[in-house]
Amino acid sequence: MRVALFVPCFVNALYPEVGEASYKLLTSLGLDVDYPLEQTCCGQPMGNAGYEKDAEPLAERMEALFAEYDYVVGPSASCVSFVREAYPRLSHHKGEHKCLSSRIYEICEFLHDVVKPTALEARFPHKVSLHNSCHGVRLMGLSAPSEQNIPYYSKLHNLLSLVEGVEVVEPERRDECCGFGGLFSIEESAVSVSMGRDKVARHIATGAEFITGADSSCLMHMQGVIEREKLSIRTKHIVEILTAQE
Amino acid sequence: MSCHAVKAKAFLKNEERALWHDKALYAVREKRDRQAYSLPEWESLREQASQIKERVLGNLADYLEEFERNATRNGIKVHWAESGEEMNAIVAQIIKEKGAKHLVKSKSMLAEECHLAPYLEERGVEVVESDLGERIVQLMECAPSHIVLPAIHIKREEVGELFEEKLSTEKGNSDPTYLTHEARKHLRKKFLNADISMTGVNFAIASEGVFAVCTNEGNADMGTAFTDTHIAIMGLEKIVPDMESLAVFTRLLARSATGQPITTYTALYRQPEEGKEIHLIIVDNGRTKSLADAEHRTMLKCMRCGACMNTCPVYRRTGGYSYSYFIPGPLGINLGMLRSPEAYGGNVSGCSLCYSCSGVCPAKVDLAEQIYKWRQQMAPLGVADSKKKMIVKAMNLMMRNPRLMNAGVAVAPYIPRFVYNNGINPWCASGREMPHFAKKSFRVLWNEGKIKR
Ligand code: SF4
Repeated sequence: MRVALFVPCFVNALYPEVGEASYKLLTSLGLDVDYPLEQTCCGQPMGNAGYEKDAEPLAERMEALFAEYDYVVGPSASCVSFVREAYPRLSHHKGEHKCLSSRIYEICEFLHDVVKPTALEARFPHKVSLHNSCHGVRLMGLSAPSEQNIPYYSKLHNLLSLVEGVEVVEPERRDECCGFGGLFSIEESAVSVSMGRDKVARHIATGAEFITGADSSCLMHMQGVIEREKLSIRTKHIVEILTAQE
Repeated sequence: MSCHAVKAKAFLKNEERALWHDKALYAVREKRDRQAYSLPEWESLREQASQIKERVLGNLADYLEEFERNATRNGIKVHWAESGEEMNAIVAQIIKEKGAKHLVKSKSMLAEECHLAPYLEERGVEVVESDLGERIVQLMECAPSHIVLPAIHIKREEVGELFEEKLSTEKGNSDPTYLTHEARKHLRKKFLNADISMTGVNFAIASEGVFAVCTNEGNADMGTAFTDTHIAIMGLEKIVPDMESLAVFTRLLARSATGQPITTYTALYRQPEEGKEIHLIIVDNGRTKSLADAEHRTMLKCMRCGACMNTCPVYRRTGGYSYSYFIPGPLGINLGMLRSPEAYGGNVSGCSLCYSCSGVCPAKVDLAEQIYKWRQQMAPLGVADSKKKMIVKAMNLMMRNPRLMNAGVAVAPYIPRFVYNNGINPWCASGREMPHFAKKSFRVLWNEGKIKR
């Protein structure tokens, strides 16, 4: 089984430690993991801004880069869900391999549903508040959306339960949007920040030291609010907790 | 900035009020949740509602004709109006024929859509809104800010002041029970004085020729009981096939709207009493055009419960008046675009694409997916924001050229932070710090062999 690591553009530039932890996590479970070079962006920002067609060359590039892998795994629920939803419309690959959309996974989803580890060698003796990101929850099904009357489950929670010492809580309004939303964060910046402040406040109210989740973009936005307001809570991508050795 | 962004920013200036608005509406969402969670069959009910509506939309002409035949047989006078103007003219004509002067009406978003009240007032007819919330916004001379809770943006103290001025209530008394009683006394006089009544229609049952009007205050029933002529207006998508399907919708409507198991009053109008008349006007006003739009016809499944507004984090924090269309929130963004992209394109930015609306909708209208689609149509329709276009062009340039991107990523950490982490950058201006560029990107670390198991 050949696994490729997909490191979204902003994770590459801002959070290499998230890419590193992803690699560690996958290889620690005995997987053969490669990182094809010259990755850029999946095209989600263009799509959400209303220029999905502009993502076509990016979709073609992604299809070519990842053509020969059985699984493509990335630490970002929203990027992965974009590839899944939009690439069947965007990429015109000739059928010599299965469309990337059917082989790409968000890393927690991949672990939870495909690799199914029963133990992880990780220790993180802290209280963390789970950030249930919109695309992770509502497009990808990482946990039960609060709108729907279906039994509660959370793949992130299940994985975190394999980490020694960690205490996991969820904020009030457990899956309300943090207000990032791609270009929404710029175009409607006042609303975006207002949502971000509310979300961070609810995470803080849990008494957690860290906000963690499967979307670096939400974490980036909330971290921006935290730093501006000099708040004490910090953000940490879930893969860093799943590989922590504290 | 889009017109929604501008108004939203202004609304958020009053932080305390925005927070209050958000909390008030989230409480409604939570009430809805409790109801939804209490029915094990909730998700299957939603699916049934969606399928019934799909079936209706697929055979709309047949259902409408069936409804008309049966309603006519029951003695209801059925009229057809292609546009809002036509509907208004028919209403005015009926009022004139009856020699009526005082119309008492229950809540109808269709009346708002067609600007019926001002039209009638210009013609010397007194129009009294009998729903309490609607009456409040009518006395305040403002528009409803929510389709189910029209006065949700008004605080009770403000209602107290308004009633003091308009209904001569006690000075400084804003006790809700007191104010409601006073409003009731005031409306009672209006009901007694009315010579014609109007209601909207929640559901029109094709197999029976019967229509349902749902209210919580019984004001529709009161109006129609007091007057000899009842005019009902309905959008042509309000059809449901039969009583079994009505049962599906009445179970969903109030639960989704206000978190009640059912509306306090659900009146079925089958035939006029002896000596009385019921006129029903079936209105198109752009609906068949929406029906023909394969991408967006799903909007016609909407039963106007307002749940998508209550759950929308943007609507809750920016209020109904931030939207330029008379219906706000995810529903309004979509209906506005169906009405006129030129006039209402400025609302499309007001969505973080959280998809909560799609999950909450009792008819499974895919509101967020629809907004995403509209965004794609903005540029082809010529209503896209030019600044946004430029940002996307710049991103395209970077992301299509790995060497350019890599070079950018390499220099970014060496650019002094103040250059981009400042008040000119909209990311920061509204209260956020820029993220920090890593000294070495993941790619560089990988190439240096630093990424290890
Ligand atoms: S779109 Fe759905 S949630 Fe929104 S008002 Fe209509 S029925 Fe209710």
